[in-house]
Amino acid sequence: MSPKTIYDKIWDAHVAHEAEDGTCLLYIDRHLVHEVTSPQAFEGLRMTGRTVRAPDKTIAVPDHNVPTTAGRDDPKNMTEDSAIQVAALDTNAKEFGIHYYPVSDVRQGIVHIVGPEQGWTLPGMTVVCGDSHTATHGAFGALAHGIGTSEVEHVLATQTLIQKKSKNMKVEITGKLKPGVTAKDITMSVIGETGTAGGTGYVIEYCGEAIRDLSMEGRMTVCNMAIEGGARAGLIAPDEKTYEYCKGRPHAPKGAEWEAAETYWRTLFTDEGAHFDKVVTLNGADIEPSVTWGTSPEDVLPISGVVPFPSDFEGGKVEAAQRALDYMGLTPGQKLTDIEIDTVFIGSCTNGRIEDFRAVAEVVKGKKIKEGMRAMIVPGSGLVRAQAEEEGLADIFREAGFDWRLAGCSMCLAMNPDQLSEHERCAATSNRNFEGRQGYKGRTHLVSPAMAAAAALTGRLTDIRELV
Amino acid sequence: MEKFENLSGIAAPMPLVNIDTDMIIPKVFLKTIKRSGLGVNLFDEMRFDRQGNEIEDFVLNKPAYRDAQIIVAGDNFGCGSSREHAPWALADFGIKSVISTSFADIFYNNCFKNGILPIVLPQEAVDVLMKDAEKGANARMDIDLVAQTVTTSDGEVFSFELDSFKKHCLAEGLDDIGLTMEKASAIDTFEASASAARPWV
Repeated sequence: MSPKTIYDKIWDAHVAHEAEDGTCLLYIDRHLVHEVTSPQAFEGLRMTGRTVRAPDKTIAVPDHNVPTTAGRDDPKNMTEDSAIQVAALDTNAKEFGIHYYPVSDVRQGIVHIVGPEQGWTLPGMTVVCGDSHTATHGAFGALAHGIGTSEVEHVLATQTLIQKKSKNMKVEITGKLKPGVTAKDITMSVIGETGTAGGTGYVIEYCGEAIRDLSMEGRMTVCNMAIEGGARAGLIAPDEKTYEYCKGRPHAPKGAEWEAAETYWRTLFTDEGAHFDKVVTLNGADIEPSVTWGTSPEDVLPISGVVPFPSDFEGGKVEAAQRALDYMGLTPGQKLTDIEIDTVFIGSCTNGRIEDFRAVAEVVKGKKIKEGMRAMIVPGSGLVRAQAEEEGLADIFREAGFDWRLAGCSMCLAMNPDQLSEHERCAATSNRNFEGRQGYKGRTHLVSPAMAAAAALTGRLTDIRELV
Repeated sequence: MEKFENLSGIAAPMPLVNIDTDMIIPKVFLKTIKRSGLGVNLFDEMRFDRQGNEIEDFVLNKPAYRDAQIIVAGDNFGCGSSREHAPWALADFGIKSVISTSFADIFYNNCFKNGILPIVLPQEAVDVLMKDAEKGANARMDIDLVAQTVTTSDGEVFSFELDSFKKHCLAEGLDDIGLTMEKASAIDTFEASASAARPWV
């Protein structure tokens, strides 16, 4: 048998039907659902008299458009449109009999944080959700990707997706990271290297010593932004850390079933000599704490750098860079560390897990955020929030002047009232710096949690290595 | 879904690279629980000022392009969020085809579910089509799905690649859930053997 990549193995284990032209029906093990991209899909089922084929494999949680302030179990405390979307999900979850974590449940949170936390996400699975950041679950050695609403309806009705296989891409991060450099800096640096379309048509396997050294939380951060590099999915082969994380989770297998599962999971690695269609290698020691300057995740630079000139680019990117500079209100040649920040947002499916909050607490402990700074910190789930309270992190945040909120997507996409105002400049731990992403004419600089914490203290983009 | 008929229409030039789905349909319009009516908010923040007045120099506000059915776009069109609201808004506005050097994966798939044909062509071809689109309303571009060609107003022809299954569904306006359900027995068989092999799933 010819050597296979981990992607090849998971793919082969899930093809339910293959047509002569190579079009496959890929069986889906876990379907995660949220309130914004699912109402039209459930409505479609109703209109055609179809049902959910595998309700026990379908998990719903409201996250995108929920308030992150107290009192939200009462719909009266939501904006009308949020209340309508949340109520629709409530009804659909009940009517179709799928697993559901309502806003009143401590387990509620961002769908990509809840899935792993509850043990729904396990190695070797296929996982989809009507959200591009589904790539997050790839950290477990699962094949996980975002889908559109029509595909959500297709999975609800058939538990399969019509797919053609992607190509294999290897992203290897060799060696050790330097102090102050995190998983976020790895994933942003990779996009800086490959561009936002560099992964189009591929599934990425992240590997190498620096990836192996990451915790599960860090690996989720890396895979989360695979989509920002254009890839269908990003994944990391499971290892002891993966099993350790999964063991004992509410929906993870137990006893003999666990033994059988672990034996299977240990076969999920890329065979020696397997073919990759594209290979990118970065030296972990060369990666610096990173920050975006523009309006695309590929506009990334080491914090020690300066704002680029449009003439540094080629082709269509010249005009895009000029447009980004105008939008961001930046001057070419300006030092990145001279950029002043009004707001800090810490949270999202990229960086809303306990380890992220520990990193923030380490930086801000016993200190105060800069006067006039708005600093919002939003846990990825109710359980992350509870754990941060228990570990004393929440007190550190509150004492430093952070606004410690309830779980949700919040200002990552700013659908709810958590938004930037015009020209407000934000250091954010989220994943997209697009025009208007965090609010109309809002300006976003993507950074790691530690870098966001540093910016909250100093009021400007700051090299975390200066503070530790 | 409507069948995709051969198209002869005005093409709007949007040379900007990395046009993302937040630009195509900003998140404030994702609060709907319907698929329809999003065309008025297509490219909202580029098309209108805060008072709701049209921004004159935005391409789709120019008289020549108000009835555009095709967009010729810069690289990596549709990147970002998986929101199908993006193709819903494009389709509702009347856009039937987008031409670029590359598309983001999820957006590309979403187009076919909504009767939109995304066409990938090399940079040199897109450059020619961009120039042709810049000529305005008198220059109509022709798209032939069956022949897989785009023809400029000057008669220059470019052939594009397209997955045969996607082409078939688009040309016939097929409901792919219905098609998949015809293979229910294959799914049943797979499900039974998979749950024996991996009972923890």
